[in-house]
Amino acid sequence: MAEAQRTTRMWRNLNAKIAAIPMVLTTLVVFVGGTAWTVLYSFTDSKLLPRERWVGFDQYERLWSNSRWLTSIENLMIYGVLSLIFTIVIGFVLAVAMDQKIRFEDTFRTIMLYPFALSFIVTGLVWQWILNPEFGIQSIVRGLGWESFTFNPLDNPDLVLYGLLIAGLWQGTGFVMCLMLAGLRGIDEDIWKAARVDGIPTWKTYVLIILPMMRPVFITTLVLVAAGIIKLYDLVVAQTSGGPGTASQVPAMYVYDYMFQAQNLGQGFAASTMMLLSVLIVLIPWAYLEFGGRKHG
Amino acid sequence: MADATLAAPTRAAAVPRGARPKRALSGRNIMIYGTLFVFSVYYLLPLWVMVMTSLKGMPEIRMGNIFAPPVEITFEPWVKAWAEACTGLNCDGLSRGFWNSVQILIPSVILSIVVASVNGYALTFWKFKGSDVFFTILIFGAFIPYQVMLYPIVILLREMGIYGTLWGLVLVHTIFGMPILTLLFRNYFSTIPEELFKAARVDGAGFWAIYAKILMPMSLPIFVVAIILQVTGIWNDFLFGVVYTKPDLYPMTVQLNNIVNSVQGVKEYNVNMAATLLTGLVPLVIYFISGKLFVRGIAAGAVKG
Amino acid sequence: MKNLKLVTALAASVALPSAGFATELEVTHWWTSGGEAAAVAELAKAFDAGGDKWVDGAIAGGGSTARPIMISRITGGDPMGATQFNHGQQALELVEAGLMLDLTDVAEAEGWKEKVFPPSLLEACTVDGRIYCAPVNIHSPEWLWLSNKAYADAGIPVPTNWNEFVASAPQLEAAGKIPLALGNQAWQSNLAFGAITVAVAGLDIWKQVNVEKNMDVAAGPEMAAVFAAVGDARKLAAKSTVQDWNQATNLVLTGEAGGQIMGDWAQGEFQVAGKVAGTDYTCLPGLGLNAYLSTGCDAFYFPKNDDPEIEAAQKRLAALLVSPEVQVAFNLKKGSLPIRGDVDLAAANDCMKKGLEVLAGGNLLPTGDMTWSPDVVKQNEDLMVEFFKSDMAPEAAHAQWVENLKSGL
Repeated sequence: MAEAQRTTRMWRNLNAKIAAIPMVLTTLVVFVGGTAWTVLYSFTDSKLLPRERWVGFDQYERLWSNSRWLTSIENLMIYGVLSLIFTIVIGFVLAVAMDQKIRFEDTFRTIMLYPFALSFIVTGLVWQWILNPEFGIQSIVRGLGWESFTFNPLDNPDLVLYGLLIAGLWQGTGFVMCLMLAGLRGIDEDIWKAARVDGIPTWKTYVLIILPMMRPVFITTLVLVAAGIIKLYDLVVAQTSGGPGTASQVPAMYVYDYMFQAQNLGQGFAASTMMLLSVLIVLIPWAYLEFGGRKHG
Repeated sequence: MADATLAAPTRAAAVPRGARPKRALSGRNIMIYGTLFVFSVYYLLPLWVMVMTSLKGMPEIRMGNIFAPPVEITFEPWVKAWAEACTGLNCDGLSRGFWNSVQILIPSVILSIVVASVNGYALTFWKFKGSDVFFTILIFGAFIPYQVMLYPIVILLREMGIYGTLWGLVLVHTIFGMPILTLLFRNYFSTIPEELFKAARVDGAGFWAIYAKILMPMSLPIFVVAIILQVTGIWNDFLFGVVYTKPDLYPMTVQLNNIVNSVQGVKEYNVNMAATLLTGLVPLVIYFISGKLFVRGIAAGAVKG
Repeated sequence: MKNLKLVTALAASVALPSAGFATELEVTHWWTSGGEAAAVAELAKAFDAGGDKWVDGAIAGGGSTARPIMISRITGGDPMGATQFNHGQQALELVEAGLMLDLTDVAEAEGWKEKVFPPSLLEACTVDGRIYCAPVNIHSPEWLWLSNKAYADAGIPVPTNWNEFVASAPQLEAAGKIPLALGNQAWQSNLAFGAITVAVAGLDIWKQVNVEKNMDVAAGPEMAAVFAAVGDARKLAAKSTVQDWNQATNLVLTGEAGGQIMGDWAQGEFQVAGKVAGTDYTCLPGLGLNAYLSTGCDAFYFPKNDDPEIEAAQKRLAALLVSPEVQVAFNLKKGSLPIRGDVDLAAANDCMKKGLEVLAGGNLLPTGDMTWSPDVVKQNEDLMVEFFKSDMAPEAAHAQWVENLKSGL
């Protein structure tokens, strides 16, 4: 009886199970398998080709005493925090502005969204050029008569992250604005009516009522933006190559350089393991909230 | 999730809210339009610079102001970028990669969207034991830097015997498009009332029948979003295109990289900018014509967390 | 992935070899600057003339962009016909893993052992007595390129060595010039460091550190003096903000900068711009102090292939690359030195002749690429680029440098 039941359960929804095969294979083979493989070989001294010569935590010791890696982590943290804050604030403010029954909404939206169609390589190149002291903003302002004007972030180790930020925000905020705008429009008109009846000022309605209601939007945004930040690579390569010096290095560049340029796979794998670990630290609480706390559907 | 999900997807997503503006020149309006205007300048500046620069000759670029319109308009850089710029020995510009990009794009977009939408569908209506675990891992996959997976994927493709082929690349795009797209589809499908699905089952419709006859027609907006995201992502991809294929199949972005990076003394900024614009044309056009659908699709799908 | 069969079937149909009269050989390399591309064209022309077809697989962005792609292709089981590497340790593991074609029979038939000069070039191609690569040109990094125009503008004579160059810097700066042009990429900082080491510390010290790997010498006072000299160079390059090496060369070419430390490949850029050695620009091998050149080498490797026709074509190409005619045509265009002593380079210009003289005199060193692993080289690149673009103390950089070397012992 129990046996028969189990078989029917196995055969029930057979098509659904077949349909899930690509996803199951991808997650198991590529994401879990690839990650496990990477973690495993981070304990070897693999150079150009992976080989099983175990060296314990040597790669990690070296990693955490390497100044370029430490700079990369620090940069990613600064860039990440600033980028998250600015992306969400700008995205939200623009979405609120767009949601005021304005004219030319389509035009404004297109203007804000089109950078998202361009790759980070292109973004990096264009902004490298606009920020170039000889051609770009600095020379224009100086040409207008302000001779001492200095705006050369890409060549100043203290400012270079802001140069990257200007470009990164340019590319991504329009998309976030769309997410936020969509969220605002998903909120029931009755809530606004009720707030107006109660005499709550508009700004207060946004902060106290609308923001909490948009929690799902913020979570989606957070996942998308954070995933982009951790993977930050192309933009930096195109805009600064990690320079001046090592001032704008990011972890993904360290991984790539040591895996392929330095032909030290073990070191690259150790660095990528650390990156994945940090992702897990962020994701586990999210997964708990999403699936652990309550049912949804 | 739950609270916002209550709002049915049929809500008029494109209808703005807020008090109807009464006077044209109220302080409130000045602030709104002022904000929008300032940001529009920020967003448009690079496009303006790209277009203007691509229409100038090199002498004019060297002398002048990158923001000024060209004194003398020339289409030379566009011609050069499209048909003449050299990469090593091949001096036929971007044109050589355009069809390759199309050839890569079409199967990759179709396959990745079919797979991801079926995933989302299965994750919403046909939950099986552990399906949430797979979904979580999938989202984790969205955070893995591609560079990290480069090597395992080389091995995987080699073992499957499709390394260096078009289908190997299509598979890679499908794998890496899966996390975000599955998230979108799952979120969209979870807004569709379950009663509809149950009714169809009672009528005897199976897995594929419900997907094809009921869900697909209802889900046009989210398919549009997925298509836009994938076209952009795959068209702009450089890394996978260059690592997992061979020169006969190199996408346009490889030529773009080669044109931009093979400096012959002075950087030819005008040619670089023209090449950049030409390469970005396909995704740009798609955004310009379908921006409205994009927002509508997102409103319906992405935000239900 | 359930349509795996379909996928493989399609893949097989795509991968069918194109039947043709000539054997096509795909050759990957990262030679895309003006002079380099012209030189590659010579190789292709010669190969095509033999009835085969050179399929060019240039990847721009330098070796660091191109090498991962090449290595992935080779380990992915879809190798190209031939590929460029800087020889030495870069391809060593691929050879050891049995992925590269053994060229020993070609080398014996063509008499490479007798012809290739200096012999160290062939030694670097040799693993366990077998030869795995065909050297095509010597590249030596220790050159100082000076702009005659910049010095004329400043009203001072062109320096004849590194010390004079450093001394003349204030006058150049007063004339609004950048004394030293230096691209921002990490390898360029490391190249400048290497050149200054040979020039300032001399041959003996260089050999003790890089060949005998004596870490006491590496930590000693002679190297401390080198780091002080690099500290000087850092001040001279402070205003240089370009990225690529040939953009820096262009600063010298146009007279905006006084000089650049760069390998002999910079020569090709001057040539493409129609500049004349001696009148428009001046070159100082070994920075004019110690006329020694390290003989790094560009070489072609031939990944193993199942198809005997391709293998035959690979061997034809290997023989061709080392042949005297191709050596002359290629190196004249690239501005680099040929790998054999028996060719006539009457057409060579002033700078190449200087290089040939050094070569004939036997004042040669192996390069760091040959003696240290890519891992050590990369760590030093990271260190040098950080040093050049920050206010790191020379002593601190010195200490870190010794640590980097020790990681490769």
